[in-house]
Amino acid sequence: MAKGVWIVAELRDGAFRKVTFELASTARKLADQLGEEACAVVCGSGVAGIAGELGKYGIDKVYVADNAAFEPYTTDAHAAAVAKVVKDNDASILLVAASFQGKDLAPRLVGKLATGMASDCTDVKIADGKLLAVRPMYAGKCFGEIVVSATPQIAALRPNVFPIVESAKAGAVETFDPGLGDLKTKVLEVQKEESGKIDVSEANIIVSGGRGMKGPENFAILEELAAVLGAAVGASRAAVDAGWRAQSDQVGQTGKVVSPNLYIACGISGAIQHLAGMSSSKYIVAVNKDPEAPIFQKADYGLVDDLFKVVPALTQECKKLLG
Amino acid sequence: MNIIACVKQVPDTEAQIKVKADGSGIDEGGIKWVMNPYDEFGVEEALKLKEKLGGDVTIVSIGPARAMETIRTALAMGAEKGVHIDDPALNAADAYATAAALAAAIKGLPYDIIFCGQRAIDDDSAQVGAILAELLGVPQVTFVTKLEIDGTKVKAVRPIEGAQLVIETSLPCVITATKGLNEPRYASLPGIMKAKKKPVDAKNAAALGVSADAKSKVAKMVPPPARPPGKILCADDTPEGKAAELAKLLREEAKVI
Ligand SMILES: Cc1cc2nc3c(=O)[nH]c(=O)nc-3n(C[C@H](O)[C@H](O)[C@H](O)COP(=O)(O)OP(=O)(O)OC[C@H]3O[C@@H](n4cnc5c(N)ncnc54)[C@H](O)[C@@H]3O)c2cc1C
Repeated sequence: MAKGVWIVAELRDGAFRKVTFELASTARKLADQLGEEACAVVCGSGVAGIAGELGKYGIDKVYVADNAAFEPYTTDAHAAAVAKVVKDNDASILLVAASFQGKDLAPRLVGKLATGMASDCTDVKIADGKLLAVRPMYAGKCFGEIVVSATPQIAALRPNVFPIVESAKAGAVETFDPGLGDLKTKVLEVQKEESGKIDVSEANIIVSGGRGMKGPENFAILEELAAVLGAAVGASRAAVDAGWRAQSDQVGQTGKVVSPNLYIACGISGAIQHLAGMSSSKYIVAVNKDPEAPIFQKADYGLVDDLFKVVPALTQECKKLLG
Repeated sequence: MNIIACVKQVPDTEAQIKVKADGSGIDEGGIKWVMNPYDEFGVEEALKLKEKLGGDVTIVSIGPARAMETIRTALAMGAEKGVHIDDPALNAADAYATAAALAAAIKGLPYDIIFCGQRAIDDDSAQVGAILAELLGVPQVTFVTKLEIDGTKVKAVRPIEGAQLVIETSLPCVITATKGLNEPRYASLPGIMKAKKKPVDAKNAAALGVSADAKSKVAKMVPPPARPPGKILCADDTPEGKAAELAKLLREEAKVI
C-alpha cells in the first residue's frame, strides 16, 4: 500500500528555495498525523552537500539525483526523475510548490502517474487517512475542498502561506538514478531581472501602485517606501497596460498571485480581478482618496487620503521606526 | 501548419459566484459566460502563426451546449473549424479526464502545435495543458509570453520568479499562453457572420473512447473565509498623522514591519 509524504525540493542556482522548507515542514506535519515517513526528492547539479539540510525541517529521507541536466530546471528532466522515484517507492502523498516551476512540473507528473492533484492550495490536512486540500477557486470567490482518489495524491502549495518549522530530525541521504531518457526541452538563456529587485511572488511585503499613481515617474515614491521596508513593488493591470510598470510586476487574475505578510495598495480601486491576486495577503493596507473604493472592503487598515501626501509621510515614519 | 487551440467557456471575471447551499457546486443562475481570458491569448497566437506560416486553426472545447458560443467566438476571430466535446459526464470532469478527452480528440486530427491557456479562471487548476502534453507524448512550454517558430524549432520565453527563461524545444508541442504573449483581437462583424457557417464536429466520451472517471474531486465548496472589518485611520485627519498611526499599527499591532 502506498505510504509516505513526499515533497519535490525546489532549487535555484544550487540552493534550496524558501518554499522547499515550507513544503518540508508541511510534509512533516502530515507524516506525523499519518504515522509515516516524510521524504524529499532533490534533483539538482552538485547538490549532494546540501541535501541533508532538509532534515532540519523534518524530512526523514532525502532521495538525491545529481545531474547537470537538472540545472536550470526543465520539465522533461525533472518530471522523469520525480515520477520514477515516487513510483518506485509507492509514495502516498506528494507535495510540490505552486511556484512557476511547480506549476509546470506538477501537472506533468499528474499525467505521467495518472493521478489527480489539488493546485495552489492554501491549506492541507489529513481527514480519514487521506489528504484533504483546501484551495481558492473562481479567483478566490469561493474555496474548494479537494480529495484525490488515485496515488500519489498530489497537492501544490501556494508559496508564503505554510509556516516553516524547524525540527530535531536528521535526514538520511540516499542517491537514485533518475533514468533520464531523451530530453526534448533545453534552456537557452536565463534573463535575470535587475539585480537586487525582489520578485512580487517571493516578497514578504509588497507596495503596489495603480492608475492613481498618475504616471511612471511617480512610482519613485513607492520605490522609496519599498526600499525602507525591504519590499517589492507591484502594480495593477491598469498601471501595467499603461506601460508604467513591467508585466512581471502585475498582481491579479492575469498577473501574479501573491501572499505576502503585508500588501500596501496605493491608488488601486480594488477591482475583483486585482483582488483575485492579493486577497490571501495576511495584512492589507489601502491608500485611496475615494472612501467608496472597493479595496477598503478587503483592507485591514484603510487610509482615505491623497497618496502623494500619505506615501512619503509613511516612508518617513517607517524610517524613524526601523532606522 | 496544423494548429489546435483549446478553449473553455468560463464565468465572466466580474461574475458574482454563489456557492449552492449544499456545497455541491456554484449556482450558475445569472452568470454571463465568456471565453477563458488565457485561452484568448492562445487563440490569438494560433491565428498569428497561421497568418505567418499558412495552415489552419482548429478549436477544441469541452462543455455543455452553451460552450458552442465560445467556439463560435473563436471561429469569428478567424479559426477554420471546431470540435465540440459535449457530454454530461465530461462537463464535470477533473483535469485528468478533461486532458484525456482533449488528447483523444486531438489524436484524431493532424497537429503541429497546440495552444491552451495557462489556466482556466473557474477552477483555476492550471493542469490541463501539461497533462495533455504528457498524454500526447510531446514537450510543453507553460506560461509563454513570447513565441518564435522556425521550421520545427520552437523558441519560447516564460517567466519564473525574478527572471525569464528562453526555452528551446521542437514541434509538435503544447504551449500554454499567458498575459504578455499578445493582444487578442475582437471578432469582426463579417467574422461573426462567417463563423456561423464554419464546421463544428460534435463528440462525446463514448465516441472518443475515454472515460470520465475522476482522479480528484471537489468534495465541497465553501464561501471564502470572512475577513474581519478593517480600521479606517483618521489620526489628526492630516496625511502625516494617518501615516504615523499606520506605521505604529503595522509595527505594534500587526507586527509586519
Ligand atoms: C479579463 C480581465 C483580467 C484582468 N486582470 C487583472 C489583473 O490581473 N490585475 C489587475 O489589477 N487588474 C486586472 N484587470 C483589470 C481590472 O478590472 C481593473 O481595471 C484594474 O484592476 C484597475 O486598476 P486600478 O485599480 O489601478 O485603476 P482604477 O480602477 O482606475 O483605480 C484607481 C484608483 O486610484 C485612486 N486614486 C486616484 N488618484 C489618487 C490619489 N492621488 N491618491 C489616492 N488614490 C488615488 C482612485 O480613487 C481609484 O480608486 C482585469 C480585467 C479583465 C477584464
